[in-house]
Amino acid sequence: MNRSGFLSFMSAVLVLIIGLLIGLVILLVSDASQAFTAFWTILSFGLRSMRNIGDVLLNATPIILTGLSVAFAFKTGLFNIGATGQLTVGAFVAIYIGIEFTFLPPPLRILASVLGAALAGALVGAVPGILKAYRNVHEVISCIMMNYISMFLVNFLIINFLFDQGQGRSLPMPRESNLPQAGLNYIFRDGLRASNVNLGIIIAIAVAILIYIILEKTTFGYELKACGFNRDAAKYAGINENRNIVASMMICGALAGMGGALMLMSGTGMRMDTVDSLAPEGFTGISVAFLGLNNPIGIIFSGILVAYLSLGGARMQPFGFSAEIVEVVISVIIYFCAFVFLVKAMLGKFLKGGN
Amino acid sequence: MGDMFYFIMQSTMFFMIPLVVVALGGLFSEKSGVVNIALNGKMIMGAFTGILFISTFQERLPGQPVLVLGLIIGMVTGIGVSLFHAFASIKLKANQVISGVAINMFAPAFAVYTSRRINGTQLIRFNNQFQIESVPVLGDIPVVGQIFFQNAYITTYLGFLILIISAFVLYKTKFGLRLRACGEHPHAADSVGVSVVKMRYAGVIISGALAGMGGVILIVPITNVFDGSVSGYGFLALAVLIFGAWKPLRILVAAFFFGLMSAVAASASVIEVLQVVDIPIHFYRMLPYVATLVVLAFTSKNTMAPRAAGQPYDKGGR
Repeated sequence: MNRSGFLSFMSAVLVLIIGLLIGLVILLVSDASQAFTAFWTILSFGLRSMRNIGDVLLNATPIILTGLSVAFAFKTGLFNIGATGQLTVGAFVAIYIGIEFTFLPPPLRILASVLGAALAGALVGAVPGILKAYRNVHEVISCIMMNYISMFLVNFLIINFLFDQGQGRSLPMPRESNLPQAGLNYIFRDGLRASNVNLGIIIAIAVAILIYIILEKTTFGYELKACGFNRDAAKYAGINENRNIVASMMICGALAGMGGALMLMSGTGMRMDTVDSLAPEGFTGISVAFLGLNNPIGIIFSGILVAYLSLGGARMQPFGFSAEIVEVVISVIIYFCAFVFLVKAMLGKFLKGGN
Repeated sequence: MGDMFYFIMQSTMFFMIPLVVVALGGLFSEKSGVVNIALNGKMIMGAFTGILFISTFQERLPGQPVLVLGLIIGMVTGIGVSLFHAFASIKLKANQVISGVAINMFAPAFAVYTSRRINGTQLIRFNNQFQIESVPVLGDIPVVGQIFFQNAYITTYLGFLILIISAFVLYKTKFGLRLRACGEHPHAADSVGVSVVKMRYAGVIISGALAGMGGVILIVPITNVFDGSVSGYGFLALAVLIFGAWKPLRILVAAFFFGLMSAVAASASVIEVLQVVDIPIHFYRMLPYVATLVVLAFTSKNTMAPRAAGQPYDKGGR
């Protein structure tokens, strides 16, 4: 690893430690007698069994994809705050195909679900892209509008086409429409109880690598980044910047939509609600993207980190704390991420002085 | 039919006023050159402390004063939160979006965590004793009285007052001119002796004050329980700010448009005219958002965003 990479890594670790320490302080202020055991649970729960490790990977899957969605937009000069809506529409299309397309054999049905979700997400993402490119509408506002439009639309569609009256939620996915576990359940288990971890995490990691290659190794990615860096210069260089903005937003939408599919196809029995609230995974994606410093490979790790801390956080009840403490910790970490470059510079100076 | 008209206009006010106040908060920040994606988080923090105060003290204090104090407490909280945003984005020249995202994530988590800690539940209940049935004299004016002075809250008048003061401060005072200069061309402002850092701090602090207060203004008329959420109104306010082309009067129009659409959507099931055609309720609820997109598509060809918004000020840059 080169010096700059090493410094980036060290400053990320430092930022992580600061965030965790502030979390500990809040726990201590709330209830000093339980603080340390609770804190230890957050730190270690994800590693306490192979099953927990599997659950971390399972929960990381959708947020890695929404993280990639946000980061891809950021790399190309756009802010995709609409991952939530894209994910919701993608999730709906995935379960619709999974439940209704029984004429397809399961492997094809699963493929159709994932690709259909990506396509649906891409269409949702295309709206802000087109409005930005051809009508000069700020993508932040159109993404916010699309989040609400998607939510109401999907609630309407669920109630009219996939409604489970008794549960007030969407119908359950047939078992064979879910992603296969591909043997992962034999690795990630605790005695008889296996984690639901499945092919989704492999897909997420593969997609992250693919996005890395597109951005760093292809002309297409170079053009997209050039538009993000300086739209006018890109245009001057003969790049069709309008087309690239639309393409970029569609890719973002496809990533988030696929995240929705992998989340609902995970075999955990999760269903879609019809309440008027936006799916949190889209907003978590913003956090994951920044924690991963908008680097596709970094996002694999930041997604896993957020899922890891959240899994421990969900075990706070016995200590009298609520799970939100983990979100507080993550938000503090993100806050310090904002000046990670400053931390990096300071660390560099410090280490130089030390030598 | 007439009653329905007034009912819708009155609920339009409830949706519109917080949007105006919070969008104006965003305006001050962006005019000074700091992008404010954190409005939602600041609203939540303001609503949290303000409503917590009202809920705790309304047994002991009389009606309207406790609301005023709640508003002030929300405002102070908003200022406190905005200092973190200002420190990161002005002093440390960090990415302004990242610290905003952090605040948006911190606020609901902190509010829920703390109220669980204090009350054992994430819900903070309060009695809505603040509605004014009819303002003396003014409430009897035909039409205008029924729209503005019946079933109203003092927050409505506060909202209009803030609008007038904001427009005056931004466009008629030296401070406003300097603030806007820092958002358009900070180097030019600096070259004539304006402290860009101070002006931007001022912009962000005012935005925190208005957003924090806006949280209380939103919650009080529409519900009697705060659950750690402001239903994304901070994001909607951001939309109203952009929709309103960074101008106070257009912000009012944008917020009115959005408020009216929301009020129609909220009472679609009881509006007789709309019963004739059988359109599912979800489509009415989509209406404000779709309408905003359509209007924007036709009006955004030249947006008026402050030119230097989002860029940290670097004295040595050009």
